Amino acid sequence: MSDAPSSPSAPAVGAGAPGYTPFPAAGNISDADREDLRRHGVLMTSFEELYNWGRSNSIWPLQFGLACCAIEMIAAATARFDIARFGAEIFRPSPRQADLMIVSGTVTKKMAPLVVRLWNQMPEPKYCIAMGACAISGGPFKQGYNVLKGIDRFIPVDIYIPGCPPRPEALLNGLIQLQQKIKGEKLTGPDAARFTRADKPSEFPIPDYGAHDLEPTKNTTVWSPPSPPAKV
Amino acid sequence: METVEQIRDRLLARFPAAKITLVTNPGAAAEHSLLFDAASARELALFLRDDSALALDYCSNATGVDWPDKEITDVVKTTVPDPAGGAPKIIEQKSTRMQPGCLEAVYHLYSMAKKNGPVVIRLRTVNRTDQVTLPSLTPVWRSCDFQEREIFDLYGIIFEGHPDLRRLLMWDEFKDHPMRKDYVEPDDYEWEPTAHGTVLERAKAHQPAAPAKEAKP
Repeated sequence: MSDAPSSPSAPAVGAGAPGYTPFPAAGNISDADREDLRRHGVLMTSFEELYNWGRSNSIWPLQFGLACCAIEMIAAATARFDIARFGAEIFRPSPRQADLMIVSGTVTKKMAPLVVRLWNQMPEPKYCIAMGACAISGGPFKQGYNVLKGIDRFIPVDIYIPGCPPRPEALLNGLIQLQQKIKGEKLTGPDAARFTRADKPSEFPIPDYGAHDLEPTKNTTVWSPPSPPAKV
Repeated sequence: METVEQIRDRLLARFPAAKITLVTNPGAAAEHSLLFDAASARELALFLRDDSALALDYCSNATGVDWPDKEITDVVKTTVPDPAGGAPKIIEQKSTRMQPGCLEAVYHLYSMAKKNGPVVIRLRTVNRTDQVTLPSLTPVWRSCDFQEREIFDLYGIIFEGHPDLRRLLMWDEFKDHPMRKDYVEPDDYEWEPTAHGTVLERAKAHQPAAPAKEAKP
């Protein structure tokens, strides 16, 4: 899709009214008006909204687990928590059929290239959830000689779920957050979603096994160390 | 079950050429162990497994220990009589010597048939650098296979006679043995939000130098 910046036309009526949020593709009809129309049997929507509604309610995760967080992920799929309520119950064993990668657990440096390869094999649009302290930063094993200090050093992460391990409810909450993120994505325009843009990479370099560490140790286009907090 | 001393005596009676040392455990568990010499370890192990009284048919755990070179200070006290007739002086002479380090493999043996154990046996290499070969006990106890591979991977002991001695946990291209005491882990301390201790020291190397303090007017 084109990246040409389209000049957003300012809504002419009611832009300053309190509680008024212009629906982006439907001109000047407010959400309240649309809701009113819907009660009268008229569904007014846009392709973008329909598209995002559809895919946000059928996020198929990749079926793989790395550590104890995977046990919680499995528990989230069972009857008690039932991730199927959110349309994400179909764990695909093939990355080609998956929309979501839940990095559930400790990523060792030996496993990291394989995780990146699986991510590269997933078709767009794809999303990544870093589940648990280990996938976020290395967690309790951060200073281990063979633990990657966060999967976001190699692939972009959409949702971080803290916890050690996070309970299934936390995973479900993360999934809801991801659904909201997907529902808010634009398909066109200057702030279009990552997967629609040709200049944003879909595949990321797979690190090699070095003599002591991965080479490179991080993908600087994805991650760079935050600046340390200013000392007062 | 027999005590380790009894086992040692029986082994020495059967194999007079073997060198067996009793390694005592000063802790409350008092789980003493037997240190075998590498040359006769295989036949001693076979005897432990096949002996009808012991029947140690199961090796539950094989692990490694790194003993680095250690500097030991010996203090020799000598009493020198005072020629003036006073109290004799005590002179302390300190001398340091290096105790050479070694790598050690430890095996915990149980008997499924007799329902007893463990008997702990140890094997030690000559040093930590070039003479790091020990006989593999995988031909004796099949369960040692992966555990000896792990010891090889993390400590660098080469097990002679192992059917498939490859790295187990680290990747094949890896060049070091991470569980050795002198292993230096790779420097990936760019971002340590809650650093303290040794981690803080290593993280400081990645932080930009603090701006020089402005001189007060």
